[in-house]
Amino acid sequence: MATQGRIAKQAPWRKKPVSNVQLNNLEKRLLNEFQRGLPLSSTPYADIAAKLDTSEALVIKILARLQDIGVVSRVGPVFMPKRIGSSTLAAMAVPEALLETVAEQISAYPEVNHNYEREDYFNLWFVVTTPDQQTLETVLEDMETTTGYPVLNLPLEKQFHIDLGFPLWC
Amino acid sequence: MVLSEQDYRLIAEIQGGLPLVSQPFAEIAQRVGHSENEVIERINAMQKHGVIKRMGVVVRHHELGYTANAMVVWDVPEMRLEELGDKMGKTDFVTLCYQRPRRLPDWPFNLFCMIHGQQREQVLNYIDRLVETHNLQSIPHKVLFSGRRFKQRGARYQ
Repeated sequence: MATQGRIAKQAPWRKKPVSNVQLNNLEKRLLNEFQRGLPLSSTPYADIAAKLDTSEALVIKILARLQDIGVVSRVGPVFMPKRIGSSTLAAMAVPEALLETVAEQISAYPEVNHNYEREDYFNLWFVVTTPDQQTLETVLEDMETTTGYPVLNLPLEKQFHIDLGFPLWC
Repeated sequence: MVLSEQDYRLIAEIQGGLPLVSQPFAEIAQRVGHSENEVIERINAMQKHGVIKRMGVVVRHHELGYTANAMVVWDVPEMRLEELGDKMGKTDFVTLCYQRPRRLPDWPFNLFCMIHGQQREQVLNYIDRLVETHNLQSIPHKVLFSGRRFKQRGARYQ
């Protein structure tokens, strides 16, 4: 069963160059130690700077740069799924030759935040987030009409992990 | 926790990230027409009640070289779902672990976990370890590595 992934190892997109961002120690610590527990004070960046033994100006400068080059998506909240709004993980099985076109149609929905390819019969996976359940269903139906492919709708039923962010360099 | 109209306005302002200025909450406060203190209090409350899972730097794994990203899906008997979900969720290299519905006949899998690594081999080794550690040889599973990313940003709730 695990061989399924091994066979697919030669997939063509693996040959794309991997982005290689060089980070210094301060930047690494900033990314590793502050994925959670942002100080809820008037001056959170100054508080972070104090813990890292550096200046507020430098912390802000680094975060702005990392955000700029896409290493950091944002400094802010990660919401618990289902506590606000409605969301789901959805998938479609699209012929390879049409994948880019259908992906573009899906990405065009403002309700879609992630949209990516996976190596499977269901090869297009995306997350849809809306203010309420009714809107979610309407959007999914609209996607089926627009693309002509049925949506595999896989809403979250239970979360088992504890979200601690992502440990880097360890 | 019941969220008010004002909470949703606050969520709309912070969901895309805090401004990178000396007093980000003061700036948010100005936009929603509250005091800086009220904004901080409210965010604090949302965090305490689990509406906000965490506040901090949200990184993109891919840009940091964690380009091998596998979603491993398992067809777990109902009776063992809690047990195996707990075990996988507590495994250090498993980033996310969720129960989702089966959609038969196309989709028999009900437990999903996400594993990130720098190389595909590394991720496959992690999966082998998961199977061995918890004796999952009889549980059907499938590995879906991610390919092209067509869109990636934070969710917009409002």
